[in-house]
Amino acid sequence: MTNNRIMQVQDLKVHFDIQPENSWPWTKPLSLKAVDGVSLDIFEGETLGIVGESGCGKSTLARALIGMLPAREGKVAWLGQDLTQLDKRSMRAKRQELQMIFQDPLASLNPRMNIGDIIAEPLQTFFPNMPKAERKQKVQDMMAKVGLLPNLINRYPHEFSGGQCQRIGIARALILEPKLVICDEPVSALDVSIQAQVINLLMALQKEMGLSLVFIAHDLSVVRHISDRVMVMYLGNAMEVAEANELYTNPQHPYTKALMSAVPIPDPMIERNKTIELLQGDLPSPINPPSGCVFRTRCPQALAKCADYAPALQTLPDAEHQIACHLIGP
Amino acid sequence: MELLKVSNLNVVFDTPDGVVTAVKNLSFSVAAGQTLGIVGESGSGKSQTAFAIMGLLASNGRVSGSVQFAGQELVGMSPQQLNKIRAEQIAMIFQDPMTSLNPYLKVGEQLMEVLTHHKGMDKAAARIHSIRMLEAVKMPEASKRMSMYPHEFSGGMRQRVMIAMALLCDPKLLIADEPTTALDVTVQAQIMTLLDELKSEFDTAIMLITHDLGVVAGVCDAVMVMYAGQTMEYGTTEEIFYQPSHPYTGGLLESVPRLDTQSETLATIAGNPPNLLHLPTGCPFQERCSLTQAVCSKTMPELIQFANSRQRACHAAIEKVGVL
Amino acid sequence: MLFKSRQAVSQLAAALADNDNAVLEGRSLWQDARRRFFHNKAAVVSLFIIGLIILFALGGSQFAQYSYEEIDWLALSDPVSLGRPSIETGHYFGTDKLGRDLYARTVQGSQISLLVGILSSLVAILIGTLYGAASGFIGGRVDSFMMRIVEILSAMPFMFFVIMLMVMFGRQIILIFVAIGAVSWLDMARIVRGQTLSLKNKEFIEAANACGVSQWRILVRHIVPNVLGIVLVYASLMIPGMIVFESFISFLGLGVQEPQTSWGALINEGVATMEIALWQLLFPLTFLVVTLFCFNFVGDGLRDALDPKER
Repeated sequence: MTNNRIMQVQDLKVHFDIQPENSWPWTKPLSLKAVDGVSLDIFEGETLGIVGESGCGKSTLARALIGMLPAREGKVAWLGQDLTQLDKRSMRAKRQELQMIFQDPLASLNPRMNIGDIIAEPLQTFFPNMPKAERKQKVQDMMAKVGLLPNLINRYPHEFSGGQCQRIGIARALILEPKLVICDEPVSALDVSIQAQVINLLMALQKEMGLSLVFIAHDLSVVRHISDRVMVMYLGNAMEVAEANELYTNPQHPYTKALMSAVPIPDPMIERNKTIELLQGDLPSPINPPSGCVFRTRCPQALAKCADYAPALQTLPDAEHQIACHLIGP
Repeated sequence: MELLKVSNLNVVFDTPDGVVTAVKNLSFSVAAGQTLGIVGESGSGKSQTAFAIMGLLASNGRVSGSVQFAGQELVGMSPQQLNKIRAEQIAMIFQDPMTSLNPYLKVGEQLMEVLTHHKGMDKAAARIHSIRMLEAVKMPEASKRMSMYPHEFSGGMRQRVMIAMALLCDPKLLIADEPTTALDVTVQAQIMTLLDELKSEFDTAIMLITHDLGVVAGVCDAVMVMYAGQTMEYGTTEEIFYQPSHPYTGGLLESVPRLDTQSETLATIAGNPPNLLHLPTGCPFQERCSLTQAVCSKTMPELIQFANSRQRACHAAIEKVGVL
Repeated sequence: MLFKSRQAVSQLAAALADNDNAVLEGRSLWQDARRRFFHNKAAVVSLFIIGLIILFALGGSQFAQYSYEEIDWLALSDPVSLGRPSIETGHYFGTDKLGRDLYARTVQGSQISLLVGILSSLVAILIGTLYGAASGFIGGRVDSFMMRIVEILSAMPFMFFVIMLMVMFGRQIILIFVAIGAVSWLDMARIVRGQTLSLKNKEFIEAANACGVSQWRILVRHIVPNVLGIVLVYASLMIPGMIVFESFISFLGLGVQEPQTSWGALINEGVATMEIALWQLLFPLTFLVVTLFCFNFVGDGLRDALDPKER
């Protein structure tokens, strides 16, 4: 990881228009605030983990970063260029540098194409004039890199196990040698033993190719293992961002604390004797989020001012640690 | 006292591609009030074991062996009798609560139906009892929620409804098949805490089927580790977690990233999950095992009972595995 | 453990290298489907019978002793005894009530019926697939507009269209059925649109988008091959429908123009004389029924083969 900032996101908002049920076509649609003002930086060669529970907007944020979803407001500066202002054509050209790995290994592969064609598709798109033999060579090299036997090139996705399918997806994302790869829950559909294989592979490839990764997951243990920095999201907002070890050993935000205490640890003594900070109630609707701090309705330590205005993300003194909470700071 | 005793259970499916043995020669027992965790990856046969016990296998499945519940043999029992036992003594909760809740009926009606049908309660009594049960599973505003439909609940609340419904008839055994897999960690913590509390309150035995070792560590008394439809290892939770004696258990424990530690690389179990259509002769784990010997490809090791409660099926010497 | 996995891979690699490093051939879903289809005995037998019927329609006239419009005056003089099916007279299927050779006429009728069934289905499928795929793929307002058109068209009475077309084109059977095909593409369009919509939300389409694949290539390489299966199934079930419809029209006397004929027209004539000359009904009827059965079995077989999950 270097201090070279490759992506800078400022106050990014992604909203979806929802037509209320039984309404007239001309009624003003409601706005679902999936991502509501997130700012973050991504450095060259680092892994940024994004954690949060379902509905926190982490997948939406990731897709908006690489222009797969339109931003309502805000800036996504990629190497100095604002991606939200690009037209479709120039955005497509950028995809060479920005790639994605998906959650469901089998569903992300076209069942009617053999894996050679699947992995070669990005090459075909960006280098249509590349000779066939060279393309095949590149595909087979990539397959070897992700731990697939190159002579399986003519097989079809359904002939592989989940872990192997995820390797195919990784090969497809990396064949263009991108700079930033978004990993959207890449291991959550895999068995424990296979999950470890894929995580190790991703970490090894990152080192080898100097990639930056945005690693989205709901499993906090996996994120700790793979990430350099971690961002905790809740209801479309960033709650806490910190260097991974710092965040896990010294969580500050009440939500982060609750989240961490809820993660089961495979050790009977620890697991039975720990106290879990149970959160009350359900996630509020992102169509009508609470005023002020979005977490205040479930926060065990909410203050009066939490309802009045939202806390800004502020950096703690002497640490790589940012937090958005009224309890901490001024 | 043994509440549930499964011996030599086999579950076989006829598929267009051939015969699949999902569960092979499985024997275990659950004592009254005990929580048994069944751990395994996909294809390990853990869910099919539960379905076989409940008599809920798909139509192309066949069961052989014996399942004794409180002294009664369930395999080969008539559907009517089995239905009665299922309703009153064994309850099951699933990963996706929507599969067992009727989306067109109010939650209250569904709860009350169980009581009026199986316990012969009148409507008023059933209503009071249902509300009490919803309160027991910590459902806020329980009486108001009675008149809501399942889709109006969040995932965690739905799972609470399922648990309430499962406990209505005061079952002796609760089979929970991945009850928290579809839920977020904070909700998972709520549900597991709830299950643990209810267990002591109602004195129900629980068979918890899961792939999450963390969940098992928290609530189970004993653990059975399955691979390709067979028991690899059985023991108390402490035995399994602190002194795994089977290479698969050891590998599984090491390949889970932990929240409380930071390590450079994760240990992995090599290879791919077993293909049940083409299992090798001998031990099904041989291709992925770090301690494979010549004998492993010839015969399946027997499940040997040790002096303590531990059972294991492995050819490798137990001292060797301890090094893992 | 990591070491172990490397070792295992290299062992496997070495074992495969012995095997001349041959590229292992995969089995595509199409090959899989073909295998399943050919395991389905009813479907295979039906396909074989359809083949025979098509051969009969194409080459059957080689063996006919008479042409389909030639009147055998001798047979006409006593149709019940001399017009009976017999090898000696050369009327294998007997004669019709005007003394024309029923064998030759059945051959001719088969040609028309099969041609009409296949041609109008092809038209319907071509238009329906393109329209439905375009509508579903473009989505949004265009989709709503295109689907409203389909709804308006399907609200129009089908029979009214056919009669109107007959008035316009006269009784030119092929033209009419091209036109019918063009009207009955509506269902096809709906089905293909639904499939396209659900495919559009699949992760592999998102993956293609993330790779920067152009919209046109996504449609051609990712969407179309995946809807082709359902189109094929629907086509195999549409052909018998079209044949029945043609027979129905001809049975009403609206269809094919004399001296040409079709199964429906032959059945119509056969019904009139069934009390004295049952064979005039039975031969064309058998052909029609057997063909319908076979197409339905083939369609079922295709559905099972292409969509094994939904069994």
